[in-house]
Amino acid sequence: MLRPESPQEDRISTLFWIMFGGCLVGLGVVAAFLLLGWLRRHRPGLPGGGGDNAGSGIVIVLGVAVPIVVLSALFWYSDLHALNATAAPAAGSGQLQVEVTGHQWFWEVRYPGTEAVTANEIHIPAGVGVELIAKTADVIHSFWVPRLARKIDMIPGHPNRIELYARDPGIYRGRCSEFCGLQHANMQLLVVAESQQQFQRWLADMGAPAAEPAGAHANRGRGLFLENACAGCHTIRGTAATGTLGPDLTHLGSRLTLGAGTLRNTTGDLAAWVLDPHQAKPGNRMPRLSLPKSDFNDLIAYLETLR
Amino acid sequence: MAIEVYTPTARRRVDRLDAIWTERPGLLGWLTTVNHKRIGLLFFFTSLAFFAAGGVEALLIRTQLAGPGLGVVSPSVFNQLFTVHGVTMIFLFVIPMGIGAFGNYLLPLMIGARDLAFPRLNMLSYWFFLASGCFIYAGLLMGDGPDQGWFSYVPLADREFSPGLGVDFYALGLIFNSMSTTATATNLIVTTFKARAPGMSLNRMPLFCYAQLAVSFVLVFALPALTVDLVFLELDRRLGFQFFEPANGGSTLLWQHLFWIFGHPEVYAIILPAMGIATSIIPAFAQRKMIAFPLVALAELLVGFIGFGVWAHHMFAVGMPTVTAIFFAGATLMVVIPSTIQIFAWTTTVAMGTPVFATPLLFIGGFIALFVTGGLSGIMFAAIPFDQAVTDTYFVVAHFHFIIFGAAVFPLLGGMYFWFPKVTGRMYNEPLGKASFWLAFLGTWLTFFPMHIVGLLGMTRRVYTYQPGLGWDAYNLAETIGSYLLAAGLVLIAVNLCLSLVRGPIAGPNPWHAPTLDWATPSPPPEFNFPVIPRVRSAYPMWDADDRLDDRRRLEDGELLFDAGHQMPATTVRDADLDEILKLPTESASPLLVALPVTLVFVMLLTSHYIGAGLCGALALVALAGWHSREPQAA
Repeated sequence: MLRPESPQEDRISTLFWIMFGGCLVGLGVVAAFLLLGWLRRHRPGLPGGGGDNAGSGIVIVLGVAVPIVVLSALFWYSDLHALNATAAPAAGSGQLQVEVTGHQWFWEVRYPGTEAVTANEIHIPAGVGVELIAKTADVIHSFWVPRLARKIDMIPGHPNRIELYARDPGIYRGRCSEFCGLQHANMQLLVVAESQQQFQRWLADMGAPAAEPAGAHANRGRGLFLENACAGCHTIRGTAATGTLGPDLTHLGSRLTLGAGTLRNTTGDLAAWVLDPHQAKPGNRMPRLSLPKSDFNDLIAYLETLR
Repeated sequence: MAIEVYTPTARRRVDRLDAIWTERPGLLGWLTTVNHKRIGLLFFFTSLAFFAAGGVEALLIRTQLAGPGLGVVSPSVFNQLFTVHGVTMIFLFVIPMGIGAFGNYLLPLMIGARDLAFPRLNMLSYWFFLASGCFIYAGLLMGDGPDQGWFSYVPLADREFSPGLGVDFYALGLIFNSMSTTATATNLIVTTFKARAPGMSLNRMPLFCYAQLAVSFVLVFALPALTVDLVFLELDRRLGFQFFEPANGGSTLLWQHLFWIFGHPEVYAIILPAMGIATSIIPAFAQRKMIAFPLVALAELLVGFIGFGVWAHHMFAVGMPTVTAIFFAGATLMVVIPSTIQIFAWTTTVAMGTPVFATPLLFIGGFIALFVTGGLSGIMFAAIPFDQAVTDTYFVVAHFHFIIFGAAVFPLLGGMYFWFPKVTGRMYNEPLGKASFWLAFLGTWLTFFPMHIVGLLGMTRRVYTYQPGLGWDAYNLAETIGSYLLAAGLVLIAVNLCLSLVRGPIAGPNPWHAPTLDWATPSPPPEFNFPVIPRVRSAYPMWDADDRLDDRRRLEDGELLFDAGHQMPATTVRDADLDEILKLPTESASPLLVALPVTLVFVMLLTSHYIGAGLCGALALVALAGWHSREPQAA
């Protein structure tokens, strides 16, 4: 938020610094009054004295008149002038739409009009305004990428829209900001802003079904994936796995993190995650699998091929 | 405590009042008391115990968040801790402390009354409070405490996503708790309107009482929204109603609207008793009248009123229409004005008086600093785009802790020092008092100020852990250290007051030369408060020396004595002219006998024994009949 990467965040950031300056002045004035009292503490005076109306003028000027002027100015600037920066874009107005659905506890990401599906990672072309549609599959979540945009709640039966924009290519962190249950803390996402060309390539990759696994181990791993509980919750496009409780794994290997930002997506972390998802993210919806070691290794080998 | 008496006639009169008003000694006396001071003390110690529990929860939360990736408590326990911490501090500490303890004990003294208007209802309110607090804590102690956050958003709080009993402990417990709060608030409203001493017209009523009146009205009008919300929630959870189920035409936003229609006025209910305490302490230590008294009185009432029009600023991120958001942002800015009036009235009074910076005034100075800081960050939320960025982050956590810890609790702490001599008859230790202030004040800044920064850096609230390398670590560690400093400051206050209870020098009736009638009584006050009902001719009756001499003369002459039983005068609402004589009830077991079956009703509802709940309800009605069959008789 303090290092804005979009015109929207520029506005919010400017607004913050203006208000912060105002706060310093306000706090200074009040502190000066208290200090004045402290400096005058030894002044001789009549106990219990003071006129009934003395000083009322100060209260009316500083407590009523000045605040009305200052607050009216703030109201005009923030709520009438700057407000359109965070206004919801009209439906269908963006060149590109991305639909993000909150789940306990991951983000499902789709690009309407394409086959592309992924999770916990949103790719967008830098310098292009993207219309983000925020939905939820279960409880209320809130989508927030501090450097790019305001936050928007994901409310059942009530899709919301915001504009997502990144001026420069880069990776921007986001997280769920409405408490959504046990693993609210580990519901993070990344926004990857890249060149239009890179983005189009990525989008095409994401739309494609999973590649055929090469090698005996990976092939066996696919069988294990389909026979075991995995396929009940996860989809791998191009296979018989069509579960929808967990994230789409068709291109798992291309993602940067596991468990919605809980772990980095390395072979070691992937194995640790599948072995016991509750070690890193206790209480998440994925059950522990008890597989013989060789089966387990083949399963991981298969997951590694999903690029 | 004997009253200073000057002649045998006066002595005889006071002895007679003593005989009429003195309650049963011992434990039985505490179980059946109807005296507002004893009930105030019960509220005080009970809410203090909940404060301690809420404080321990806070320390556990801060310890878990001291560094990234710690495992001090499990995620499930963490979520219960922050939920119960919030519920405790709001419903079981600040409100019962503000009105149940301070209001209960002090309001009748300040208006020259002998008790609240409904003494037995007062005791019933205490039992409800105690039982509802224990009810909510039973869940936590059984490991099935509420874990969905204090505002308990649906659908997370629905049966599907919160299948345990935690949410039921929360919902039923708060319905129960609001019965207590409503009873006390009603009692305070009637007492303020009808039991003021003759001559204490509304424009002479202490500002503390305006604040209590405003809180009470806020609670009476705000709590029904919460109760409705909670009843809907329980019907959804237990009987499959669909109030909040969008698939069947319900709305999850309905919960949020009803909750915040209650929730935001509640914030003002939390802060108003503190404002009242500030307006008691400042004139006493500045030794001058409050500047802009009528404006401050108006401001206290206005805060409560405008506070009902701002609730949707908690919901700027839900995607509401722009015009709606702008309306609530405007109202949010308007509610600032009554606060700026009060801030400048307080500070100008200090600056134009001859202030003595003893511990109570230090706490009020600290309160003003914290209130202004939290208030300024609060104004920022009226800037909708900024709110949409920082809502539900630690920036909000910082803001509301400056307000509901800094601003709401510091005056309660200062008030404990201020009225300690009145309640116990002894003085507290001044150097220790000052040390405890600085420790608590610096601890508060260190705990809560860095939260603004981590919030701006992107740390969302209610996370049980965070990852290293986000730039949050140092701030979180500082916050944790601050929380321990703050806890040390609070413990030091307790130590100071406990030691002073035994060793403090005798205080006398009015050690501060304070202006209000609570200081007219001996310390501690006798059970009947005032041997003669004082006559009042200004807003600063203790500074009207002639009037107080007149009280003594009237004790001699037996005028306005009201000693034909448990009696006090009722006066007219506006001008406080003598109206009629009220016969107050005497000590009674009825409140306890009603509270017991009512408690069982909630236990039965929780455990789904609906027939049992009905039977217990019937039992409560029988007990209520017993209550009414024994109306008090004149002694």
